[in-house]
Amino acid sequence: MKQYQPVIGLEIHVELKTESGMFCQCKINQFDAEPNSHVCPVCLGLPGALPVPNKKAIEWTIKIGQALNCTINKHTKFDRKHYSYPDLPKGYQISQYDEPIAVNGKLQIPIINFQSNSNNQLPISKEFRIHRVHLEEDTGKLIHKGSDTLIDFNRSGTPLVEIVTEADFTSSDDVKMFLEELHTIIRYLDVSDADMEKGTMRMEPNISVRVISNNQFPISNQLPISKSQLPKYKVEVKNINSFNFVKRAIDYEVKRHIDLLEKGQTPIQETRGWDSNKNKTYSQRTKEDAHDYRYFPEPDIPPFEFSDAYTESIKKTLVELPHQKMNRYIEIFKLKPMDAYTLTRDINTSDYFEKVLSNQIATSPSAPRNDMGQAIANLIINKKISTELSIEEFIKEATELLKPKETDAKLLDEVALKLINANPKVVADYKGGKQGAIMFLVGQVMKEMRGKADAQTVISTLKQVLK
Amino acid sequence: MFPGKTITQLKSLIDEKKVSASEVKEYFLKRIKKYNAKLNVFLTLDEKSEGGVPLAVKDNFCTKGLRTTASSKVLDSFIPPYESTVTTRLKKEKLLIIGKTNMDAWAHGSSTETSDYGPTKNPWDITRSPGGSSGGSAASVSAYLTPGGIGSETAGSIRQPASWSGVVGLKPTYGRVSRFGVIAMGSSLDCPGPLTLNTEDAAYLLSIIAGHDPLDATSSPLPTENYMDEMKKRKSYTIGISEDYFEGLDPDVAKAIEKSIEVYKKIGFKTKKVKLLSPNYAISVYTIIQRAEVSSNLARYDGIRYGNDRTTFGTEAKRRVMLGTYTLSHGYYDAFYKKAQKVRTLIINDFKRVFNEVNFVIGTPTPITALKLGEFAKYPFFGELMDKFNEPAAMAGIPAISIPVGLDRSGLPIGMQLMGNYFRESDILNASYQFEQETDYFSVIKKGIENYKD
Repeated sequence: MKQYQPVIGLEIHVELKTESGMFCQCKINQFDAEPNSHVCPVCLGLPGALPVPNKKAIEWTIKIGQALNCTINKHTKFDRKHYSYPDLPKGYQISQYDEPIAVNGKLQIPIINFQSNSNNQLPISKEFRIHRVHLEEDTGKLIHKGSDTLIDFNRSGTPLVEIVTEADFTSSDDVKMFLEELHTIIRYLDVSDADMEKGTMRMEPNISVRVISNNQFPISNQLPISKSQLPKYKVEVKNINSFNFVKRAIDYEVKRHIDLLEKGQTPIQETRGWDSNKNKTYSQRTKEDAHDYRYFPEPDIPPFEFSDAYTESIKKTLVELPHQKMNRYIEIFKLKPMDAYTLTRDINTSDYFEKVLSNQIATSPSAPRNDMGQAIANLIINKKISTELSIEEFIKEATELLKPKETDAKLLDEVALKLINANPKVVADYKGGKQGAIMFLVGQVMKEMRGKADAQTVISTLKQVLK
Repeated sequence: MFPGKTITQLKSLIDEKKVSASEVKEYFLKRIKKYNAKLNVFLTLDEKSEGGVPLAVKDNFCTKGLRTTASSKVLDSFIPPYESTVTTRLKKEKLLIIGKTNMDAWAHGSSTETSDYGPTKNPWDITRSPGGSSGGSAASVSAYLTPGGIGSETAGSIRQPASWSGVVGLKPTYGRVSRFGVIAMGSSLDCPGPLTLNTEDAAYLLSIIAGHDPLDATSSPLPTENYMDEMKKRKSYTIGISEDYFEGLDPDVAKAIEKSIEVYKKIGFKTKKVKLLSPNYAISVYTIIQRAEVSSNLARYDGIRYGNDRTTFGTEAKRRVMLGTYTLSHGYYDAFYKKAQKVRTLIINDFKRVFNEVNFVIGTPTPITALKLGEFAKYPFFGELMDKFNEPAAMAGIPAISIPVGLDRSGLPIGMQLMGNYFRESDILNASYQFEQETDYFSVIKKGIENYKD
């Protein structure tokens, strides 16, 4: 019996949110602007116009490379990548070929089990290798109106970072989690809005399926797969703008490839598009019309030499990344992994959380509760208190909510007794070993006392009475 | 009214209010109108603008609001919405861009014959080429339709037409003068530079157009020098003589260069034999790199903008695009482009070595004097071969000058070339100026102008 294993690699494009363009002074990311209102001779590729590289964009690409544990090339340069398309005004894209800014990185992503409620254990993680990170310019945009095609060059010359992974993925779930983590990291670095709706983050999976014969069992999920084991073809699905669509496109392709392989055919190497309405991919371009990009070093831009001091100075500006932050929350604040994960998805939320926590501890007259972190986390995650409030206001409300409830002990005894008598079946269940049954009684007590009781006290009282 | 007056002389006259700028402009406009039909120098005139001394600018410099074609019908109706750095700087110094001059289309050629607007005629003999690709600007100065001009060269396109048209042509160091707004030919080679009646004007124009430009990433941040002052200091230099640069010269040309060397010896310059790589290597290296860059630079004229599709390209441009595309293609890149870049590095190191020993390498930009129109078309790559003495300096990116040093047996001007070390334009201009002071060779220029009476 044959076994199949998907082999997936990713290309991710991220538009940087620098003030000006990659090679010109135009304001970029002007999504609502009139078409062709933010253009100049450089980004229109007019005769004689010359590109002048944006230092900030280079710096931010280095930063992304560092966040992805890459080696930053000391020597780097831009190259011209030639192809003809109406949205590419120079007939070539200024990109990077054999000396990209960053290479050979890796990214560990936490694998969160959302069903599990286990405490305090660092979640397992998976590691995926980053092949390269390079910088290039974005193209213009084609707008199809009836039988006409219009070109808007506002986007032309926006700094665009391309992140390429190794073909290390074997499942669409891993891909999705990786992309979500990468998205979070980019947002943490504050170098791009990475807004998929606006197309400032776009994803292209490369998919193939490997046939594994019987004697290779068990299928090793151990990666990397050596080059010789890679299938002889791959299918690239272009420009997908949602994590879910990436997952669905991969699932669709994997099934399509397996069906073909089952019939003894090899899928053809091609570029496909994703139709989100029909939930399927469609062929765009086959290998026969694959481009020869005729790369050569961009003569208009001298190559770069980065000193260690320069790259180090950029590294110093790196913030704590979400994965590390999550681990710290679990280890130091004793948060549940799932909650630590949730809180660290957005740097503003995690900043808010930590501010509340440090202020709370600073202002609290008594010793901090050792579950304070989890308690604050709950308030934020469950939206009990709005994080729109100022830190002070949040703490005020939190203090109120987290105050141990004063319980009328006499009333509690009465109510407990009354309810125990009124629910003989539940009592019997409990005594028969169904520990959970007591929670029904707790609920009833709380209801009777209109919430004016501390849950822990109610439980212990009930247990006492039921002994 | 102003026979043969140089830019600096005319500027003084205007500054001292001896003449008005508009008188000067009218004078040259009249001459242009009288002789342009015969010589085909200007493609576009700007009769409206006012300014100071008028200059002829090659039609590959973008001029805001003034048609710029690079002599190709592809850009027949292109009116740039921006100004090249060179012309911006000239205008700032109150120089008047009176018109745009004919050239080989896209600067592809050494004769102006690949122009889609017909060839420019050599003012010395209208059956001959003025040289190219900056032939229009060279002819404009030669026939005194303007007292000076701006050209650009990739490998010889200033020096060779200067030589054939009997004027002074300076190719600065690559990166000394901004390329912003100059329609690219070979981006790693292109250098704008002046074409003038004498050395002083070359120094004057260079002092205006040279210097760092934030709009050109390849422009050098090194400070410029006061070329006018440096030129006039009496300095002594060592001139390098490399046999390979005397190979295959027309006997009249060879004699003129040898006489020039004697002049330099007489004024106290030393000479030294040096051994440089044969300029023949530069031919193939130049051809590969230039064609590769051309194929890339012309990709933007894709028929979507500018109103003309790619069939509008002339034969020479098509040939170059095809050859360049081939050399950059997968599987050929290493054998051609990459190897060419390696040899280019050897050429650079070769010059660096020699410039430790000498200040200049002497020669001629072109082994023969002006050819009859039509000769180039007979032989493929003829321009590349003819330009073999120009190509090494272009590949290395070093500065060089061509100055008139006499006439051949047919009465055609001969050019002498001095190549200098990186950013040593002031030395080149100094040596050129001393030569000019010592000899009456530059009167060659005046003799040419005499044929074009007011």
